[in-house]
Amino acid sequence: MCPAATQSLSKDVPLFDTDEIVQLITETGQRRTHPDFSAWVEDIDLTELRALYEDLVVVRRIDAEATALQRQGELGLWAPLLGQEAAQVGSARALDPGDFVFASYREHGVAYCRDVDPTHMLRFWRGSTHSGWNPFDYNMTTPAIIVGAQALHATGYALGMQFDGSDGAAITYFGDGATSQGDISEAFGFAASFNAPVVFFCQNNQWAISEPVSLQSRVSIAARGRGFGVPSVRVDGNDVLAVIAVTRAALERAREGSGPTLIEAVTYRMGPHTTSDDPTRYRPAALDEEWKRKDPLDRIRALLDSAGAIDDTYLAAVQQRADDTAAALRRGCLETVEPEPMSLFDNVYAEPHPLVDEERRQFAAYLDSFEGTDA
Amino acid sequence: MSTAISAAAPTTLPLGKALNAGLRRALENDPKVVLLGEDIGKLGGVFRITDGLQKDFGPNRVIDTPLAESGIIGTAVGLAMRGYRPVCEIQFDGFIYPGFDQIVSQVAKLHYRTSGNVKMPITIRVPYGGGIGAIEHHSESPEGYFAATAGLRVVTCSNASDAQTMIQQAIASDDPVLFFEPKRRYWEKGQIDPAAETSPLHRARVVAPGTDVTVVAYGPLVTTALQAAKVAADEGRSVEVIDLRSISPLDVDTVAASVQRTGRLVITHEAPVFLGIGAEIAARIGERCFYHLEAPVARVGGFTVPYPPAKLEEHFLPDVDRILDAVDRTFTA
Repeated sequence: MCPAATQSLSKDVPLFDTDEIVQLITETGQRRTHPDFSAWVEDIDLTELRALYEDLVVVRRIDAEATALQRQGELGLWAPLLGQEAAQVGSARALDPGDFVFASYREHGVAYCRDVDPTHMLRFWRGSTHSGWNPFDYNMTTPAIIVGAQALHATGYALGMQFDGSDGAAITYFGDGATSQGDISEAFGFAASFNAPVVFFCQNNQWAISEPVSLQSRVSIAARGRGFGVPSVRVDGNDVLAVIAVTRAALERAREGSGPTLIEAVTYRMGPHTTSDDPTRYRPAALDEEWKRKDPLDRIRALLDSAGAIDDTYLAAVQQRADDTAAALRRGCLETVEPEPMSLFDNVYAEPHPLVDEERRQFAAYLDSFEGTDA
Repeated sequence: MSTAISAAAPTTLPLGKALNAGLRRALENDPKVVLLGEDIGKLGGVFRITDGLQKDFGPNRVIDTPLAESGIIGTAVGLAMRGYRPVCEIQFDGFIYPGFDQIVSQVAKLHYRTSGNVKMPITIRVPYGGGIGAIEHHSESPEGYFAATAGLRVVTCSNASDAQTMIQQAIASDDPVLFFEPKRRYWEKGQIDPAAETSPLHRARVVAPGTDVTVVAYGPLVTTALQAAKVAADEGRSVEVIDLRSISPLDVDTVAASVQRTGRLVITHEAPVFLGIGAEIAARIGERCFYHLEAPVARVGGFTVPYPPAKLEEHFLPDVDRILDAVDRTFTA
């Protein structure tokens, strides 16, 4: 880390070969410079920072409302993102609309930045559908539960972009636990060999359900990428500005034909893995307290405050926007139109399939047999 | 670039070369078709099924991949989402398991999972079955695993004409297709029938008419079943042989129509009998043809053992005598 503000900054794509944790806003909310990455966010002024802060607040509010809906029995499950807002918003705000996101299942903040209606995010967790939106409407996939599988999909998609001569990139999100999966290693290998324009974005939130990251890897996650020839960087995942900077630089590497990059966003899952999980069984409270001091919202708020860029009126307006979003989310969740029984058979295949058709007919006849009865 | 097969002139080709011709046509007809797999480029695949294709279509259409089956299938998923029609080669049947999760959790389910928004027009080619004296993991018949998974189509060819046609149909399908190739028949020559192209991919076919008993086979055992039918005919028994062609979906109608004529059914495949495709056919024919059956349905397949060492495989694989023995059982039961 080089704090020398006087050093001239160049916007050359940096080498992603450091295990230092890139940080542009300190935990107490001070801007700091970085010789390689500051230039990538020099256009982000206080107005932009305020917009990012709003994103973080709204995303946290969506998450809290969804968690409440699960507790009230409206959702079967929810995977809270509390603590990971900056990693998600920062990386997603670095993307172009034409880039394609291959998400895992916790990327509600990314989905929000891709303009997915928050109500649609809930349908999956409610059990009303496996998706909730058309991936091609937002260039973002719907939740993937098998951890790591989507990194290969992103690599293949990026390969297709390369064949098409597109200047777009694919980005895939996964956690630290997923890096133990073979698919992540295979994706690194394929992407490096084919120079695919893909960004691997690992949210190292320290915990794979109850297992600490030290059980997944004896080296940094970033070091794992380098072993495959994928340039890698560690970034403070609770620093929205630093995350934007490294993601922009990695995307530029992809666009200019320099191939894949791995970003390890070092962050912390403040809540449970899902609403079914109980982190008090495996996680020392002191550790949670330690990470609370690194909260991604607090530090940007402190920065804006010290710059005189916020006041109570502004904060109240941001909160109102978050509450309105949450209210709409709740309304949308409760108004979800549940699928009809016969839709069970839809879309198993793209083309007619005689055995599925036969079962559809048989089940329809069975349901019809209840017509006019009380059953 | 040359097209080996012209629709007008009947040609005789080995099954493997017919597959190569079918792949070549698919590459010519649709620029979005890409082949990917291990050793499929310069080498032309360990069985030479992709021989010459990289030379003619380039390394971006015929892609040599790292040695990682999940990687091959998983990147094919992304390519399909980008609008390509990937054709994956799995080098040997026993190597498909590292790619199993991508096939059954991703390829099979993405269309359903996305309410039909994401199509998976992926073909996965698998040289399968025994009879070539190979070492372990090179002779298996894993088709049942995939037939048990909704969202996948599972087909297998038994002759050169079907090989050339069915591979193109599989690639043209908007559904994912597991395309099982009977590796011990790669070198068997057959005439390319231009009319074969009109037969839908999911349809079984009566390949030898008969009146006394129906024998259902697929892939490598169709040849064996036809040999058995010939021996039976010499002994005065008329065997109808059905080539299933598609394992999922199953063309139960064609089998049932045959059994309603013959009253007897024998099913044979190389995979172990327990929970094999034969079990499904037997159950469905039991439902559909109970009053037509003169005897219990008989099955001839592999034993409940892992695929054995090559020196034992002649005992494991159904042959003419074991099929005839089962035929006899349907007359003495």
